[in-house]
Amino acid sequence: MLRLITKRLFETIPVLFIVATLTFFMMKRAPGGPFDSEKQTTPEIRAQIEAQYGLDKPVWQQYLDYLGHLAQGDLGPSFKYAGWSVNELLWSAFPVSLELGLYALAFALTFGLIAGIIAALRKNTWGDYVPMSFATFGICLPTFVTGPLLLLVFASWLTWFNASGWEQPRDRVLPAITLGLYYTAYVARLTRGGMLEILSQDFIRTARAKGASEWRVVWRHSLRGGLLSVVSFIGPAISGLVTGSLVVESIYQIPGLGKFFVMAGFNRDYTMVMGTVLFYAVLIIVMNLLVDIVQVWLNPKLRFE
Amino acid sequence: MSALQKIEMLLEVKNLKTSFHTRNGIVRAVNDVSFAIAHGETLGIVGESGSGKSVTCYSLMGLVPQPPGRIEGGTAIFAGKTDLLNCSPKELNAIRGRRMAMIFQDPMTSLNPFMRIEDQIVEPLLIHGLASRAEAVRQAVQMLEHVGVPDAAKRIRSYPHEFSGGMRQRVMIAMALITKPDLLIADEPTTALDVTVQAQILELIKRLQAETGMAVIWITHDLGVVAGFCRRVQVMYAGRIVETAPTEKLFANTRHPYTRALQKSIPALQPKGTELYTIPGMPPDLSRPTGGCAFAPRCEIARPECSAKLPELLEVGLQHCSRCPFT
Amino acid sequence: MSPPQPITEVEAGHSLWQDAWLRLRKNKMAVAGAIFVLVLALASLTAPFMPGLSYSNQNLALGATAPSAAHWFGTDDLGRDQLSRLLYGGRVSLSVGLAATLVSVLIGVLFGMISGYIGGRLDALAMRFVDILYALPFTIFVILLMVIYGRNIYLLFIAIGAVEWLDMARIVRGQVLALKKQEFVEAARALGLRKRRIILRHMIPNVLGIVIVFSTLIVPRVMLTEAFLSFLGFGVQAPQASWGTLIQDGARSWEEFPWLLFFPAGCFSLTLFSLNFLGDGLRDALDVRASKD
Repeated sequence: MLRLITKRLFETIPVLFIVATLTFFMMKRAPGGPFDSEKQTTPEIRAQIEAQYGLDKPVWQQYLDYLGHLAQGDLGPSFKYAGWSVNELLWSAFPVSLELGLYALAFALTFGLIAGIIAALRKNTWGDYVPMSFATFGICLPTFVTGPLLLLVFASWLTWFNASGWEQPRDRVLPAITLGLYYTAYVARLTRGGMLEILSQDFIRTARAKGASEWRVVWRHSLRGGLLSVVSFIGPAISGLVTGSLVVESIYQIPGLGKFFVMAGFNRDYTMVMGTVLFYAVLIIVMNLLVDIVQVWLNPKLRFE
Repeated sequence: MSALQKIEMLLEVKNLKTSFHTRNGIVRAVNDVSFAIAHGETLGIVGESGSGKSVTCYSLMGLVPQPPGRIEGGTAIFAGKTDLLNCSPKELNAIRGRRMAMIFQDPMTSLNPFMRIEDQIVEPLLIHGLASRAEAVRQAVQMLEHVGVPDAAKRIRSYPHEFSGGMRQRVMIAMALITKPDLLIADEPTTALDVTVQAQILELIKRLQAETGMAVIWITHDLGVVAGFCRRVQVMYAGRIVETAPTEKLFANTRHPYTRALQKSIPALQPKGTELYTIPGMPPDLSRPTGGCAFAPRCEIARPECSAKLPELLEVGLQHCSRCPFT
Repeated sequence: MSPPQPITEVEAGHSLWQDAWLRLRKNKMAVAGAIFVLVLALASLTAPFMPGLSYSNQNLALGATAPSAAHWFGTDDLGRDQLSRLLYGGRVSLSVGLAATLVSVLIGVLFGMISGYIGGRLDALAMRFVDILYALPFTIFVILLMVIYGRNIYLLFIAIGAVEWLDMARIVRGQVLALKKQEFVEAARALGLRKRRIILRHMIPNVLGIVIVFSTLIVPRVMLTEAFLSFLGFGVQAPQASWGTLIQDGARSWEEFPWLLFFPAGCFSLTLFSLNFLGDGLRDALDVRASKD
């Protein structure tokens, strides 16, 4: 187990290096700088600003400086929000996104697992068809369609929820559902497939022969194996949740990292964009590592490989 | 009915019919099968793959997947009380795993790969409330040692994939016998194992049966195995019993042509150097019943009327029945 | 995902393709999907030649109106006909779908084929690379690209195509690995055919079926990415419209003019459904594993 973790961590370093290098040079080749919009700047002031941000140095030195700071976890100053470092901006916005992501994931896992297990146990009956038809819809509908539609129905017509904001607990409901819907559907499908496969295995027959109740057959004997595919999906799901949060935070006006990232993109706040990309990369790699560990823990066969 | 059969039977199966409803039609896997087994008896059920011998026992254990399987009719009275085919799931669960246990063909897939051996072996005791967890573990270790798993106290903490096939089958046996059942159903438990291991497992079950006095139903395609172990044999073909007799009688005075053919195909019973006998033709398609004797197309002594009318299972001697009127 | 079985010829009478066609025709959802997409594509293609359809003609006096006989899908706040904009948006969305899919298929097939064909350490390395790329938030890189190099539809093709090739590479590699062990390839090699010729004449035709199936499944994903980017404002630029920008416009004014959201969202979702059903249908029709039982 420890070997797996160290191996993965060592793999992470070159990946981050490549990501950092790529983003840095893409940025350097970019036409137009962050200060182009401030039209009144005289050449002197401009030079002064550039010196302040280290932009007057040769590119290779800027690159080394950037990597050096990066190694210490410092993502540099924001080009747009004077006096703020990218780190400060990230840490102010990330908790909101994390909260949203966790709600969405919890929503997806809870309802996806329940629906999938029921569908598998009621195979080829209405208890299977109804949730699985919903899942088919859920998989095809993107967040930027479901989000506005949910707003239309629940905020505008039924007025159960506020259309935007992130103050009250109930403000979390619609965004979490919007973000989690696709994953709910996907988890339901995976669960159904995984459970059906496990339930057809010989060892389930053995369990029944021991006099195990249906409940015990599902909980003790099937769930662990049936959920393996769901667990391995959580890695990609987290990556997708990050991407999805950009849209959801825009739709519901949530002050999270996704909204910051989109704004930074519009404002050409390069350090912020780069910092966010790197942050997302680290986040996703770490989450994938966690998922791998859970997977090994779930499947005893993997522990010996 | 002979006087002997009047004593209370452990299990009495009457007119069992099980079929599978598939896309290609209804497959009548078990068709009107009746038999009984007394306390402590050993019964061998012999037949080719698809003869219905396994499905018969799966029906009794409630393990036929439904759908596509369906138990169309019959009764199976266990210990003079419970009808296994028509009782509630709760009643069935109170019997299977406690008074009636089963071991399966493939020990590689029959143990749960995600659970420790320990958790699997103690499960029957816990499910049926026969012991506390600690006591159950103690009994499990004892049982494992008894079936010949070395270093049982330590190895009980392992996962199935750390065991060899023979060891896994021993685990399966320990698991089945830990509740001291009255009846053990063994579904070709040696088929998937190496030849040397096969003999060991067979000996082990023989020994355990002698010790505990449980009844055993041994399902096999190998008449040779039956000869050394079972008191009574019942031969199945195409979902029906074609011949049943005490073992010595069956070998001494074989009546049904199918049983004769089976016997001829046991290599050990043939003179050295002769070519290995194989039964000509293929087993019939059970989704297309012929109305006559199912073995007729492959039978050496078949007559025209064989394909027209199904022969009855007739008594041809004491406790000896055969479904062929011409032998 | 286990490596797919190689698609081998079905014996006697029907060729694999005829067989697949028969099976596809029986799948009602797939046929309905195919018809819907075809009709939509045709309508979008012919939109510029239809009199009275324009995506940019404004009628500020008219403003936003609900669906009516004159404007079936209503008009937006600038008085533009929503149906026209939807059809023109379809041109953009569908062309991005096709072009980016082409890019992704090209990269994926080449990568997978070379990796699978050469095998050995290069293959192991290449697949590890793919694994690592899987873990990265690619869509975010596309945003980065669009931010830095400006919103340009050709860049959009390439950027999205460069994101979606990973699955294709894996699938093609698996297929090639399986094919490599097959006798006719061994025979070709024994005959002394050169590698390039083996790849061109023997590998590509045999990988084709699976590539077609997975391409139809990539199209909706690519369209989704485009709509996602356009929705966030990183896609095509006004006055050009794609379904993504139309949905964004609708989402901005859903309280007053719900039809501006409803029609593009509905049209886009239906297209995604149709493409997914078509892709699933094709997979079932061409997949040997599924047709055996």
